[in-house]
Amino acid sequence: MTVPLVEVADLRVAFADGPVVDGISFTLHRGQCLALVGESGSGKSVTARTLIGLTGYRSRVSADRLAFDGADVTGFTERNWRRVRGAQVGFILQDALASLDSLRPVGREIAEPLRLHTTLNRQQRDEKVRELLASVGVPEPEVRARQYPHQLSGGLRQRALIASAIACDPALLIADEPTTALDATVAVQVLALLERLKGSETGLLMVSHDLSVVARLADRVAVLRAGRIVEEGPTERVLHDPRHSYTKALLAAVPVAHAKGARLSAGPAPALAAVLAGSPRTAGTGPVIEARGLFKSFPGPDGDARSAVTDVSLTLNQAETLGIVGESGSGKTTTARMLLGLENPDAGEVRVDGQPLAQLPRAARRRLQFIYQDPLSSFDPRFTVRRVIGEALRAAGHPRGERRPRTLELLELVALDPGVLRRRPLELSGGQRQRVAIARALAARPEVIVCDEPVSALDVSVQAQILDLLTDLQQSLGLAYLFISHDLGVIYHVSDRVLVMKDGAVVESNSVSEVFAHPQHKYTKALLAAIPRLETAHRRPADQSAAQPADNRESAGV
Amino acid sequence: MSALAETAAAVPGTVARRVTLRPGRILAGLFLTAIVVAALVPALLAPQDPLAISTDGAFLHPGAAHLLGTDESGRDTLSRMIYGARPSLIMGLGATAIGVAGGTLLGLIAGLGNRITEGAVMRLIDVVLSVPELLLALVVITLLGTGVSNALFAVGFAAIPAYARIVRAQAHIVRRATYVEAAGTLGIRRVTVIWRHVLPNAVRPVLVLATIGIGGAIGAGASLSFLGLGAKPPAAEWGDMLSIGMQYISNDWLLAAIPGAAVTLTVLSVTVLGRELRRRSEGRTGR
Amino acid sequence: MRTGSLLRRIGFRLLAGVGVLWGAATLSFIALHVTAGDAALATVAGQGANPTEAVLRAVRHDYGLDQPIYVQYLRYLGRLVRGDLGQSYQQRIPVAKAIAEQLGPTVQLAVAAALVAVLLAVGVALLTARRRPWIGSLSSGVELVLTSTPTFVLGLLLLIVFSFKTRLLPVSGNQGLASLILPTFTLALPIAAVLAQVLRTELEEVLEQPFIVTVRSRGMRDVAVRVRHALRHSLVQVVTMSGYVIGSLLGGAVITETLFVRQGVGQLMLNGVTNKDIPMVLGIVVFASVVYVVVNLLVDIGYTVIDPRLVTR
Repeated sequence: MTVPLVEVADLRVAFADGPVVDGISFTLHRGQCLALVGESGSGKSVTARTLIGLTGYRSRVSADRLAFDGADVTGFTERNWRRVRGAQVGFILQDALASLDSLRPVGREIAEPLRLHTTLNRQQRDEKVRELLASVGVPEPEVRARQYPHQLSGGLRQRALIASAIACDPALLIADEPTTALDATVAVQVLALLERLKGSETGLLMVSHDLSVVARLADRVAVLRAGRIVEEGPTERVLHDPRHSYTKALLAAVPVAHAKGARLSAGPAPALAAVLAGSPRTAGTGPVIEARGLFKSFPGPDGDARSAVTDVSLTLNQAETLGIVGESGSGKTTTARMLLGLENPDAGEVRVDGQPLAQLPRAARRRLQFIYQDPLSSFDPRFTVRRVIGEALRAAGHPRGERRPRTLELLELVALDPGVLRRRPLELSGGQRQRVAIARALAARPEVIVCDEPVSALDVSVQAQILDLLTDLQQSLGLAYLFISHDLGVIYHVSDRVLVMKDGAVVESNSVSEVFAHPQHKYTKALLAAIPRLETAHRRPADQSAAQPADNRESAGV
Repeated sequence: MSALAETAAAVPGTVARRVTLRPGRILAGLFLTAIVVAALVPALLAPQDPLAISTDGAFLHPGAAHLLGTDESGRDTLSRMIYGARPSLIMGLGATAIGVAGGTLLGLIAGLGNRITEGAVMRLIDVVLSVPELLLALVVITLLGTGVSNALFAVGFAAIPAYARIVRAQAHIVRRATYVEAAGTLGIRRVTVIWRHVLPNAVRPVLVLATIGIGGAIGAGASLSFLGLGAKPPAAEWGDMLSIGMQYISNDWLLAAIPGAAVTLTVLSVTVLGRELRRRSEGRTGR
Repeated sequence: MRTGSLLRRIGFRLLAGVGVLWGAATLSFIALHVTAGDAALATVAGQGANPTEAVLRAVRHDYGLDQPIYVQYLRYLGRLVRGDLGQSYQQRIPVAKAIAEQLGPTVQLAVAAALVAVLLAVGVALLTARRRPWIGSLSSGVELVLTSTPTFVLGLLLLIVFSFKTRLLPVSGNQGLASLILPTFTLALPIAAVLAQVLRTELEEVLEQPFIVTVRSRGMRDVAVRVRHALRHSLVQVVTMSGYVIGSLLGGAVITETLFVRQGVGQLMLNGVTNKDIPMVLGIVVFASVVYVVVNLLVDIGYTVIDPRLVTR
């Protein structure tokens, strides 16, 4: 066999507060794709960065063997590394908006590795930049090269970032969460582009938190946890026959991967009924919220009105979950905010139990509660958890004496230890914060909870726990959820009915099984096609869309 | 627990609670304590009357009888320095109180008021901010006359627009904060939300900044005295003492250097502690 | 598209600047009238005479002081637009003329100090941002001391060290480059310290950004990363401090000129204050306001050069 492109044996990286990578070994050959998969803090990104010597000046790196193309790099100086970076190894980070210099045209960014590693003159570099942009599927390369990152759409930006990474034909391409910041349909195109670039001479090292993303592309998968590889093997084998319990749990926690209605997290369902003795709400089946013909526009940066929501109508019935799915900017959140009266519609009407929302007294509006994507910002930073929940109970009319026992009940409902009561939200983990937010919403004894991307900021295992919690609460309390997400997997798992939104309008609305089994609208079909599927995705030929220039919407600029 | 049980590791707050004491902060605290004691009970510390002319003579170098020497009239410099602490502290606290009170009031009117009130207040603040603080203080003194209390008012007045702008900006942020909106969806009355969430969060950062501002006000007050617009001789006041000392700088540079050092160390100590307070309030630790 | 929105932005700022000046003029007019007492008396009294009512009336008529208040206000604005800042009570010459005569040394001092401050700040920040912890601590310690030292104390210290102890540099006066050095540093050091602090904090934040990792991953040297990429981003914040810098320069000029016995607008201002020469003081304040508005406008145009995002949407 030929010399491996990358050889790593017993790699250890430590920062001031302890080891992050704790003895990792792997090998990567040319023409191969290896994926490092793990949740945040697993050490996957740091591992990738050791291959270009960019773990930061406060880190300590050691390895039995760390070789690139047969050459040992353990003793590399900064000067040695600079010759490798950009020339032999290309590096692609997530979220090109933050990963490209926002003050320079993208053309100059792409030309930078050429300026550093080649003898091309300015004119030749400009020429090469245009070639590169064209080769990654960016239309009108001359125009795009002169634009700034903020003027490009997310997909084009990510392509430009990839172009700068491949400018010097590196033998190894490292992609750290290359599609995480992108909408599903765009992510598919970018993945296909990466697959095409891999070729026979280039090795690709992918880093991702999402097993389903790497399934499409990787030949081998290494699952990382707490700085160690817990399982490594061919993608097919790891996905279908996971051996380590952690891999199994990770796979089980992906909502779309198995039967709807099953629990995602390990462990038994808590006996909520016991906690809730005496407070069951008799759940009917009639509509709680009805919205008819909602319109909303906001002033854009140039002063003209931009339409955010156009003619949206929906009905939310008692004790059911209505999912709203769509990509960023599709008007999901604005719609939800209008249902809660946080935003006044330009036209149309919202009715709650048959009454117009505007005429509802303040106390009655409490029946509708809201859970935010970022729970931290929804808490007064000065307040402890006790005060956060206490305030909600007081607003709901609980006398002082009842609040303490009721607070403890609520904590038990959301499976939090009473020890958190003295903490401030800043001192809690992401999952704990979302649990406190749920407890606060429950304090108002709501009939409806609007959940706006409640799990998108969470690791997949925590996500699973929160989704299970929401399901349990719905069953015991008869709650209705309006569940907003960009993640079709999550939507499929939690929803009874689904609305698909695009550019401010509802393009499809039906029961979840119908929408997923027989999508009617072309956009819904595109969305569904973009879902990475663990079972089927592997080795599927790249979508045609990736080889072609991006579609018109994508190249529109803005 | 299962392998996937949510880990509550990486909880930043528990680390932030740990009190870190650095020598700089301890020294600053000690120095300020001494200044405060001197300001409260100067007679207790001062070896002599700050205005009494000693028979030992003028321009004495530091020695056993006069630890910091004597000035041009033969008065004990150390005693004058100790008595000088009170006017400095009154200047710092008084002027900052005026600045913060006026600034908070204006800032809240602008930040919580409607568009027209806000526009009016902010344009006024823009206009006043186009004049440097010291010049603004000088205008006030021109209009009101010189003297200690006028200088105090001038320094405080000149600080109002800056505080007002901070309070307004903060009120704006807080008013639109998600937690204010969340309080609304819980059915809490608007007035209660403003009182319980908006006001404390809008004003708190300014109070922290104001502690640093006290140092600035002490410096500004001393500057006015140095220019001959605040305290007048023979009062024991640091800025004025420095101004007099400048006239005799070729006789004895210490006469100017000692009050200069006192002002600087006071401002420095206040700033060091103020910054620490700010760091704590932002939940940060470290440097 | 780009020039269009750039022009629109400049036009908007120009309008805001004119608004600020109008406000400053109005406040100055109000101050003159509310507190100056009888301007006619002040004008004549300077001649040592004890004017009769008839004389006063004549003077009031000459100066238009018997006109309705709004006429006086409009005339006042009209004079300001023509560059007439009024007549000094004490010096008996036009305020504008007095300022023009004293402007040279002050501009020299302010420009020199601004240059020194910015260069020092950029240099120190570039060298000390995100280095070993002790470098940052040392640098921020020095900056802390400098920002806490009142201008007059700093000047005094420099005088003692460089003039009285070592006799390297002259104590005072307006003669030659040597006499400019101490005042310049007196004025520049505190500003440099504040700017350096802000700039370093910004630089440290920018150097943590993902795009810096991207740049490094292309094989760029650390120095180049700092100068070519990070500096520009951190300057965006520093430019917003232009107001602070102008204020410190103008305010500091009063103290520095007093300390070093230099001629200049600062001295003019201080004389005005001690002599209660209200037209002179207000005239200088309005002038300072003009300087502030003009410099900020220039800075704002420079800002769009640093940050193209402002004009390309």
